[in-house]
Amino acid sequence: MRPENYEAQRQPPSHEYELNIGPNHPGIEGNYAFKLRLHGDRVIEGRADAGYLHRGFEKLMEGRLWIQNLAITPRICVPDPVPMEVSYCLAVEDLCGLEVPKRAQYLRVLQLELSRLASHLFTFGGHAATTGMYSPSFWGVADRDLILDLFEELCGGRVYHIYNIPGGVRRDAPAGWIERVSDTVDYLETRLPDYDNLLFKNQVFVKRARDIGIISQEQALDWAVTGPNLRATGLAFDVRRDDPYLVYDELDFDIPTEHAGDAWARALVRRKELFESIKIVRQVLAKLTDIHGPIRCPIPNPLAWNVPAGSTFTRVESSKGELSWYVVSNGGERPYRTHVRGPSQMHAVQVLERLAVGARIEDVAQIMFSLDACPPEVDR
Amino acid sequence: MSDEKYETIDHKDPGGILAPLKNLQFFGRKPVTEPLEPRPASANYRGFHLNDWEACVGCSTCQKVCDNAAITMVEVPGLPEDPAKGIRNLRPAIDYGRCCWCALCVDLCPTGSISLSREYVHTCTDPELDSYFMLPDSNGIHGVAYDKGWAKHDESDMVSHDRTRMAEMAPEARVGSFAEIVAGYDANQAIIEASRCVQCGMCHDACPTHMHAPEYIRALWRGDAEEAVREIYRTNPFAHTCGRVCTHRCEIACSVGHRGEPIAIRWLKRYAMDAVSPERVKQIAAEDKQTSPSGKKIAIIGAGPAGLTAAFDLAKASHEVKVFEAMGAAGGMTRYGIPYYRLPADKLDDDVAVIQSVGVDIQYNTRVGSDISMDQLRDEYDAVVIAVGLWIGRSTRVKGSDADGVYRAVNLLRQIADGNRIPVPRRAVIIGGGNVAMDISRTLARLQKQKHGKVAITLTALEDLDHFLADPEEIKEAGEEGVEILDARGPQEVLKDSRGRATGLRTLKVSSIFDEKGRFAPKYDETDEIVHEGDMIVEAIGQSADVNLLGEALTEELEWVRGRLSVDDNLRTSVDWLWAAGDMVRGPDVVSAVADGHKVAASINEHLSIREKAA
Repeated sequence: MRPENYEAQRQPPSHEYELNIGPNHPGIEGNYAFKLRLHGDRVIEGRADAGYLHRGFEKLMEGRLWIQNLAITPRICVPDPVPMEVSYCLAVEDLCGLEVPKRAQYLRVLQLELSRLASHLFTFGGHAATTGMYSPSFWGVADRDLILDLFEELCGGRVYHIYNIPGGVRRDAPAGWIERVSDTVDYLETRLPDYDNLLFKNQVFVKRARDIGIISQEQALDWAVTGPNLRATGLAFDVRRDDPYLVYDELDFDIPTEHAGDAWARALVRRKELFESIKIVRQVLAKLTDIHGPIRCPIPNPLAWNVPAGSTFTRVESSKGELSWYVVSNGGERPYRTHVRGPSQMHAVQVLERLAVGARIEDVAQIMFSLDACPPEVDR
Repeated sequence: MSDEKYETIDHKDPGGILAPLKNLQFFGRKPVTEPLEPRPASANYRGFHLNDWEACVGCSTCQKVCDNAAITMVEVPGLPEDPAKGIRNLRPAIDYGRCCWCALCVDLCPTGSISLSREYVHTCTDPELDSYFMLPDSNGIHGVAYDKGWAKHDESDMVSHDRTRMAEMAPEARVGSFAEIVAGYDANQAIIEASRCVQCGMCHDACPTHMHAPEYIRALWRGDAEEAVREIYRTNPFAHTCGRVCTHRCEIACSVGHRGEPIAIRWLKRYAMDAVSPERVKQIAAEDKQTSPSGKKIAIIGAGPAGLTAAFDLAKASHEVKVFEAMGAAGGMTRYGIPYYRLPADKLDDDVAVIQSVGVDIQYNTRVGSDISMDQLRDEYDAVVIAVGLWIGRSTRVKGSDADGVYRAVNLLRQIADGNRIPVPRRAVIIGGGNVAMDISRTLARLQKQKHGKVAITLTALEDLDHFLADPEEIKEAGEEGVEILDARGPQEVLKDSRGRATGLRTLKVSSIFDEKGRFAPKYDETDEIVHEGDMIVEAIGQSADVNLLGEALTEELEWVRGRLSVDDNLRTSVDWLWAAGDMVRGPDVVSAVADGHKVAASINEHLSIREKAA
């Protein structure tokens, strides 16, 4: 007997289904879930599901001394920690009116570029892996390790450097380090043709990456896309050149662009940036042999340090895009408010959700990695 | 490779299948895989902690700066503990579940004892989670002495080593007057100096009266001088005085002083007191005064730091307190012993006025023993405190020391403080190496400068310069002002002319002061003799208490130890209504006297409350 009000429960059409990617998966450098609704192999809808790495950094920082926050900042973006440290320090320096000595500024640029190199090596290795090619990721990670060795020697920490402090850097480069950086970038440069052969001239990769996850320049500007992802749509915007900080205005480098806005274009931009970073590193190394002097300006006792009241906004170009800090001080020993506006949140949420629609399921991981988002920075 | 040579790849370039095959050549190359043997960490490595327990003083600054609350100070029994030197038996233990190896503990360590090592492997075999909680010593956490990694380094050191300088009169200018030598901090200097403090509290432990120095330094750093005064008055009503002439044991214990200059705690106290109006200080001092009278009466003999501190506490506890003072003004030795260039009289007046404002009644020019007897006090009051200080100068009793022109330093200083004229010698010889000797030398130097236009003073002392009892800065400043300081010289004879007037002092070089058993038995080198000419010889070799006021019967009744009144831990004498405090029972310095005053007051309060309950 069938009751009169019986109605079959409404189910999605039988040809649609849901699929959870993550939180552990090859499409991104951390824990991050992406929920897909699919029709066959086509994505109908993608929903970013962030929060697996949420540690409440911004709130934590309100409870810690200005100096103590240095240990938190690099954790906001693990693969590219230096821009986090530097931009936080720039913010505190701006509030306090501290003048960073020239040598420290060059050391900061050097770290920023080494970090960019390390991050890009990591990213295109990961990007290749999403297309089923693992050799580039092994090579990328192995060569990135050489840069981590340099960081270890500089500051004692391979990943979380905590080397920058408001006013400069904590120590000068150890003896012989400049030469070893030079040797390492020379080596990395000899590796570029190998990478080209293995990946960028590889038909398999080119075919997989081209026309995937296309972003037009208008869309990029609407969706707040920055960094290599923006430059892959043909707009040569780079904070280092367009709003210079530290000593970038004294350095000679190009802003590589591509026009197609697809995953392949994004990979090409990063490939070219590897070379530009090597160029910058060489110029900085030459400067560092000439510029001597202090590596930080005096700061008060960190346990009794009131940063003058005010607010500041600083931005730098990280390997992933424009990274900015908004820091408010009420004149106390701790920040009143800090906010990190990183590039990854835009790339991993609003951009990714739109790009996924219409993509084939096998390309989703590639689209994610080509955007080079960093989950801990999304979650913060 | 130059920019031009780096091949561009066009977006339209389709790529090939041959290019990747070029990398087949890598099959012929040596693999880059890391070898399996342990890899030594870099020279700067931030691995597990090392802590040199000999150098560590347990100040807990590492714990304060730790981002993650990973450091806990734990007591290590058996390690030395000495509050006076600023040493605690606490050492940092680290929770490696929380540590992030940022090394801020290293950069902020005042002693430089803690460092990070090049050790980076720890395998936890213990199912207990707290096996990650470890107490590193100089052999690290596993007992294997790895090399230091990130250690104390001038570049990364965040401890502020240098004191904020204050304006100070040049020696030539200051010897011409009795004006105060140092100008004191201004508001900005005080904040900067206060900001150097790491809040370890060693100063609090070392201070005889346990002043809340970390709290008032913090308040000054916040720019809140009134709060600083409130913290100061919790433990010390001689705030102006101690802000100027305290022996500052706090600064000896200061942990920042291990590698740099200690925080100028005394000058900060002085700044706080000078920054707040006397009327406001009185209000703050009276804030915790009990309002309903207790009905108890307490007599205090001697209006010096010990007596007035006890009076201050007892008056705040609403007892009726009367202080009997033989002299015409209060302050005791701080007024009649310390020259104005170190402690201006008006600042001492301010301290006394605050004490009086909480209800202390001081009866001047009243000598107990002659004007009023001890028996009367015993009968009329619930408790009596004797704090008469050390007012009798000791004599060397060398041959000729009865000559005309031989003086005791305390008597001369008292005369000057009282506004009396004293004979100003053309050439003076001082015997003694303590602060009183410096005070009289420098005072006479000023008088000589005023009267004769030049300083001619020789100071001789038994001790060698490294063992002088005077503060190093006193010795330095006396030297700057033209006092000739001769150490290790023992007085033998005061030479006199036919009319019995002193003409000089004969001294011998001291070869040793104490015998093998540590008893005072100076030995001299007879071949090294000097005659120091001088028309005034001043003895400044110590003082004793004038206890005649007690009367024969009471003196007989009381217990004495080597000429000193015997007291228990609460400073109560063997007679149940009488307490004794200050220099007469302890070593001579203001802050110890203040500490005694508090102790006596607490003991009397307790005694009175027990008596009340029993009644």
